[in-house]
Amino acid sequence: MKKENQSNGLIWAVVFAIGAIMLIWSMSTSRTGQVWVTPVEHAFTETGVDEDGNAQWASIDAADATVGDIEWTTYSVVPDSQLTPELMESGTVSLSWSRTIGLWLAAIFTLFILSFLVGDNPAYKFAEAMVVGTSAGYVMVIGLWDVFVPNLLGKLMPGLVQSFALPGIEGSHQEFWWLYFIPAILIVMLLFQLMPSGGWISRWPIAFFIGITAGYRMIGYVEADLVAQIKAGIEPLVAFNGDGGFALWPTVNAFLLTIATLAAMVYFFFSIEHKGLVGKTARVGIWFLMITFGASFGYTVMGRIALLAARLEFLFGKWLHFIPSHIDFSFAAHLDWIILLQLM
Amino acid sequence: MKRLVPLIIAICAGFVLIIANFIPYAQEWGSTAQEWFNILAVGAMVLGGGNLIKLHLMKVSAKNKGWGYSVVTIGCFFATLVIGLSKMGVHPNPIYPDYDWSGYYLEEGSGLWWIYEHMVVPLTSMMFAMLAFYVATAAFRAFRAKNTEATLLLVTAGIVLLGRTYAGVWLFGWLPESMEWLRFDNLTVWIMDIPNTAGTRAITIGIALGVVATSLRILLGVDRSYLGQD
Amino acid sequence: MYQFLKNLDRRWIFLSMLLAVAIPILMRIAFPEVVSKQAKMVFDAVESIPDGSNVLLSFDFDPASEGELLPMAQAFTRHCSAKGHKQYYMALWPLGSPMVDKSLDTIRAEYPDLEYGIDYMKFDYKAGGEAVIRMITTDLRGMFPLDSRGVSLDDIPMTKNIKNIQDMDLIINVSAGDPGTKQWVQFASTPFGITTVSGCTGVQAPQMYPYIPKQLAGVLGAIKAAAEYEAAIDEVYPEIAANPKAQEAKRRMGPQLVAHSLMVGLIIIGNCIYYVGRKRGDV
Repeated sequence: MKKENQSNGLIWAVVFAIGAIMLIWSMSTSRTGQVWVTPVEHAFTETGVDEDGNAQWASIDAADATVGDIEWTTYSVVPDSQLTPELMESGTVSLSWSRTIGLWLAAIFTLFILSFLVGDNPAYKFAEAMVVGTSAGYVMVIGLWDVFVPNLLGKLMPGLVQSFALPGIEGSHQEFWWLYFIPAILIVMLLFQLMPSGGWISRWPIAFFIGITAGYRMIGYVEADLVAQIKAGIEPLVAFNGDGGFALWPTVNAFLLTIATLAAMVYFFFSIEHKGLVGKTARVGIWFLMITFGASFGYTVMGRIALLAARLEFLFGKWLHFIPSHIDFSFAAHLDWIILLQLM
Repeated sequence: MKRLVPLIIAICAGFVLIIANFIPYAQEWGSTAQEWFNILAVGAMVLGGGNLIKLHLMKVSAKNKGWGYSVVTIGCFFATLVIGLSKMGVHPNPIYPDYDWSGYYLEEGSGLWWIYEHMVVPLTSMMFAMLAFYVATAAFRAFRAKNTEATLLLVTAGIVLLGRTYAGVWLFGWLPESMEWLRFDNLTVWIMDIPNTAGTRAITIGIALGVVATSLRILLGVDRSYLGQD
Repeated sequence: MYQFLKNLDRRWIFLSMLLAVAIPILMRIAFPEVVSKQAKMVFDAVESIPDGSNVLLSFDFDPASEGELLPMAQAFTRHCSAKGHKQYYMALWPLGSPMVDKSLDTIRAEYPDLEYGIDYMKFDYKAGGEAVIRMITTDLRGMFPLDSRGVSLDDIPMTKNIKNIQDMDLIINVSAGDPGTKQWVQFASTPFGITTVSGCTGVQAPQMYPYIPKQLAGVLGAIKAAAEYEAAIDEVYPEIAANPKAQEAKRRMGPQLVAHSLMVGLIIIGNCIYYVGRKRGDV
């Protein structure tokens, strides 16, 4: 335990020392962690009224805007490559404090999560608590604005929704609009799950969910994963070239594909004891399944490394401004050295 | 009432969907059921959020170990909800500039955008990226060629790992043209096309049979586990 | 040496992985790409349909998979834009809508001639996953009464004649899980025969191979396939080849190669320890 603590301390010290040196160096040579923005003016003037009595607006130059026009300002980020000292002194760009703080927070949160590698710690737990809270809130907001408002409220109260949030929606009730009270009632019933008693009421919407899902899955799986896959598996075993001649390797592959599929299926067939011919076939099936899992493992590793690379690019690029702008493809010529160095 | 009505709902909903798939006249019923399902999915999101808050509130009120983190979760949840629902910092839609609430809730520079960009993105993406480290230790500690099956898995993983980079081309770049199929990149293509396709196809067919059987049990009322005990 | 490796603290492995990924990023190491069969199949599926065809792009992933899938999604956007295809964007994941926004930003910045509503448009996120796919195969307006800007589909030139997604010439799905490629195959490609290609995570890619070529016209698996797809595009479109932003996946292959070699090295060393241990009766 003592040895582990010492090792922990050493790793922390190395990580902090490297981080501090990189940060100081970066801040002294570039605008590390700074986000600069330039304002973009938007102005709109009323051009008339359409047949439904709604005002029509057109975008105009902000300099031409007069009283009664609508104006606002948004800010767009100035890329670091375009941020020259002259531009900064000209006053057309400014440091965005909200985005700069956000960038630092993003970097710190990334490091908090990364800190779990050294062991569970309060920084990681704090970040974990935040990700749960913000993600749940975010998903709920999106669900309400993107589905609940246009697809439910927009059907039950189209006039209201049109007047405040979605002017483009049909303002009058559709035929059979009252049918939408059913999903509304089902939502209310579903929320009874949160009550200490009366939880059985939520079974109605849950049963609806289950029934629909069972129906969907049955159709989808029968058509695409059962019938289509069996059809795809029944291929001609002998292959020919374009000129009609016998093609050896495609034939071997076709045989192998069919035999391997059947063998792997035999392995999953547990109603017969895996003995004799069945046992041997199942064993061949396992070999093919192992190759499948090996390939899956290789692909999974590739995916995970890509995600890590993206996060490190954020830290070294967007935050620390460390990454040079050019890509060096000449390393292909020195691949032997790279692999040798790594083995060492 | 507690069990029979939900059972009938599940059976009817499922069969409506299946019938709508085969009878054009009933297609409209299927569309209506699907629309309700999609709306109800939002109800499930709200239920999920509600459950999360309920659990964390219970943890806070009982002062369980780590209750402070529950406060952070609750705080972040409500802050995101209020900022997102109020469209804080969102400008009107440029097509309808006179409608204050018509803007895109995730407009660049808005409150929800700030939360998304600086909290949701780094936290969720780094959580997934961490698996790269754990997969490396797993490879070092657990991947042992103990028997034929494990050896096949290891060798395949190695070939695919190298074959899906430039190393696959470079390592056996010296092979004559007639032997090029032995290059790791070419071997990877073969592994994916033949053994992998065969293995995955067998698994896919097996899963499909399982899903169809489970769906049928639900639609015929044989499986009633979703109705609970009482 | 044996004892040292046997008792090696796993945090040194973490550190070696960190360095294996970080150093190539800092040095911007990249390697040439050879276009594989799958990348060529996907490229051909987008390239072979006539210019101006209707293409539905569903980006079903979130920030957690952004590092793996965004370069692929951006490559699809650039390829479709260069071909002049009509691009209909949507997302089935709640956190997926901003991924689509990034593609729209790319179109605005790099293809200023393309106009929203005429050449490209976006649908909002809708909950329900596979139910959304199933529904839009027969009734687009029932699911999406408006586009993402709140405009009725009947008032948008490129959607006013679209009844459902059977009117699409190609579906491009960039997927990180469920709902994703499997659901598009089950509910759009197989029953209605709509040509579909997929770009998916490494975890998913091997599961998609049985669907090729009848149910899926091609699959891009993880970042390597994205790099190959970029290389295939570069061969035909020199203006994209000259754009450094369009080389994102190729750039990422530097850290991939070094980290993959490390993984193979770790597997070999781990097995050496196992065999030495077995000889010594240590296991």
